[in-house]
Amino acid sequence: MAELKERLQRLLTEEKRDKRHLISLLQEIQQEFSYLPREVMLEIAWFLGVSPSTVYSVTTFFNQFRFTPVGKHPIRICLGTACHLAGGKLVLETVERELDIKVGGVTADGQFGLERVACIGCCALAPVMTINGDVYSRLTPLKMEEVLTLLKSGGESERK
Amino acid sequence: MTFKEIQKLARAEWDSLYYGEIPLILVGTATCGRAAGALAVVEAFEKEIVRRKAAARVIQVGCMGLCYTEPLVTIIKPKSFRVCYKNITPDLVPRLVEGYILGDDPCLELALGTLAGGNGEAISIPELSRFEKEPRLIMRRCGYINPEDIKHYVASGGYSSLVRALQMPAREIISQLKRSGLRGMGGAGFPTGEKWELCQKAKGKPKYVICNADEGDPGAFMDRVVLESDPHQVLEGMIIAGYALGSSQGYIYIRAEYPLAIKRLKIALDQAQEYGFLGKNILGTVFSFYIELESGAGAFVSGEATALMRAIEGKRSIPRARPPHSVEAGLWGKPTLLNNVKTFVFVPLIIARGADWFSTIGTERSKGTAIFALAGKITNTGLVEVPMGTTLRELIFDIGGGIRQGKLFKGIQIGGPSGGCLPASLLETPVDFDSLSKAGAMMGSGGLIVMDEDNCMVDTARFFLDFTQKESCGKCTTCRIGTKQMLDVLEDIVAGRGKIEDMDLLVELGEDIRDGSLCGLGRTASNPVLTTIRYFHDEYEAHILEKRCPALVCKELIAYYIIPEKCEKGCEHCVLNCPVKAISSDERRLKIIDQTKCTKCGTCLEVCPAEYNAVVKLSPPTLVPMKEG
Ligand SMILES: Cc1cc2nc3c(=O)[nH]c(=O)nc-3n(C[C@H](O)[C@H](O)[C@H](O)COP(=O)(O)O)c2cc1C
Ligand code: FES
Repeated sequence: MAELKERLQRLLTEEKRDKRHLISLLQEIQQEFSYLPREVMLEIAWFLGVSPSTVYSVTTFFNQFRFTPVGKHPIRICLGTACHLAGGKLVLETVERELDIKVGGVTADGQFGLERVACIGCCALAPVMTINGDVYSRLTPLKMEEVLTLLKSGGESERK
Repeated sequence: MTFKEIQKLARAEWDSLYYGEIPLILVGTATCGRAAGALAVVEAFEKEIVRRKAAARVIQVGCMGLCYTEPLVTIIKPKSFRVCYKNITPDLVPRLVEGYILGDDPCLELALGTLAGGNGEAISIPELSRFEKEPRLIMRRCGYINPEDIKHYVASGGYSSLVRALQMPAREIISQLKRSGLRGMGGAGFPTGEKWELCQKAKGKPKYVICNADEGDPGAFMDRVVLESDPHQVLEGMIIAGYALGSSQGYIYIRAEYPLAIKRLKIALDQAQEYGFLGKNILGTVFSFYIELESGAGAFVSGEATALMRAIEGKRSIPRARPPHSVEAGLWGKPTLLNNVKTFVFVPLIIARGADWFSTIGTERSKGTAIFALAGKITNTGLVEVPMGTTLRELIFDIGGGIRQGKLFKGIQIGGPSGGCLPASLLETPVDFDSLSKAGAMMGSGGLIVMDEDNCMVDTARFFLDFTQKESCGKCTTCRIGTKQMLDVLEDIVAGRGKIEDMDLLVELGEDIRDGSLCGLGRTASNPVLTTIRYFHDEYEAHILEKRCPALVCKELIAYYIIPEKCEKGCEHCVLNCPVKAISSDERRLKIIDQTKCTKCGTCLEVCPAEYNAVVKLSPPTLVPMKEG
């Protein structure tokens, strides 16, 4: 907790003490902690002199904000238009089945998190996903299973 | 430094790079290139050059929009032709260095074509028939210059329009824009000159200039490509706007999901400031202008003008009723000009080449060019930039290369979640603001998804509605609840629970949502549904009356079946690979799918060897012979 406060103080600089910076502050904090811990949101409310409910209303409005930590390997599956038409949903269902988690969830061991994203601009390679920032393209349920098996065994999967 | 001196310096550097003695290797490293592995190619070139002690420079450039060719590499060699290579992987790099950097073999077997003049063997890219139809304006430098070096921009004419504009009276700039006929590229097509004039005349100070780079359509990425490949042209347009309107503060609202575009914009802002194009006393005049980046937090509705301004203020981005219009009372209640990325790009072009020139491009009421993101079942996925008024047929067949794998063209979805689906019979429709609206679609974001016989139109309508329903901000009841109701009905139809009256219900709901919503999100949300009902009525009927999905997409309406006559009994691929162990061998070693266990993931169809091709999808599922139940 003390450590959390310290990391937070570094982000809450004086020039940010203005209501209009609420969203950018939240973004920076999420970048630092990978999610928005409850205590941190209260701290920001106090810092900016707004009510906790104002902070909560903004964080729940925007898709970017999350209230639980992400897994060690966040799996981000694209369900933009091109990826949807190329069967992205089947890939998503494969992950849900194999890891027994739903979108937004994290596996019990904290290893994998699952998220859906909209178009990452690789429509030519649809369907695609990113894991730890690496792009995997032209996925099928079978290919997805192979990637998961490799990652579970701790091996770096071959890209693409 | 004066502008003349900057220009001289930039040109000298450009000439020595592009026309100098040392070969130049350009690698496209925009997001799409990176996804295809472009950074590994850059690294491979750098290593190989050192290893072979070759003289060559590697430069990272943006994206030409030819996504299907990524990673794309261009080699520029003194006194020889410039060659573009497609789909280059690190293991091809030694061959290119050996062949064309050290030797004189242009490795044409790896080439997409040459730039500026072919040699008979290789095609010349600018002469490709698609570029005849693509006189590029917005993207003319994309993929050729280093977006992280302002000198490349200046050397190719950049910032000279700003210099010219600073010597023009503000009303002259605005009257040029009005005469040019430019309309906003953010989707709705509001006349730009008129907007600028309204904002210029508005009372109240300070005034703000905002660039909308939120690009929320889940299938469009042209604004990102422009910002990643040639960011200064957007800044130049914004600075001119600041000067014309008497504003000193600009904002660029950009999606957080575009980290590379943000990075390159930051570099561009710093360099523009360093060279005196931005900041205090621009180019020695009394005019000062500053630009801040604001990154969006992932809500589609934030792209709507009034909602976007709220987000910059640090609030929930919920649209508000107009009037007052943003040009009079926008950001913090002050007069605010908001334009799309591409709209700002046109401004320096119009200043440089004149309103008369610009108004010769395009149609009577839609001027200039438009960029579309071609995706789906099209051969040449990527970005295309065509004059307004180009027909869909030219776009899809002449430029896009038609449908992949010889499949049958079914229709397109144009304009993203606000747009519509159009059938083959409307292929002669010209793409411009008015013709598309008349057909029930919209220019919208410029997303253009091509669909073939394997795509289900009902499912496509459901997909878009699912998106808008989730993204509705909830302020207007018709939008919040209406889209949910429509979605429920569509979910029923794709699951085989639809009733024939549902189609009328959808139309009725769609019209109510359109009429009862405040902002463009609700007003256009039903377009994908209404157009599919209008043009693909038979597909709805098949789902509802026959419980059949003609494209074999909707899961509840299909079943997988292994044709006994085709099944090579010794092979066990499907049995071994089925993730839920739904396939078994009977006593004759015929494979049978247990339909109660099958999750319809399609793996069996994927792994069944091509020479057997024994797995098929059937719709309705009742077509599966009984004994397999
Ligand atoms: C739900 C919704 C989302 C929008 N998203 C965008 C967007 O991502 N980018 C954009 O430029 N305009 C978007 N617009 C249109 C803007 O409201 C506005 O009309 C436009 O940015 C004005 O710029 P222009 O005059 O240059 O077209 C959106 C509108 C709505 C209703
Ligand atoms: S839709 Fe998935 S990358 Fe564009």
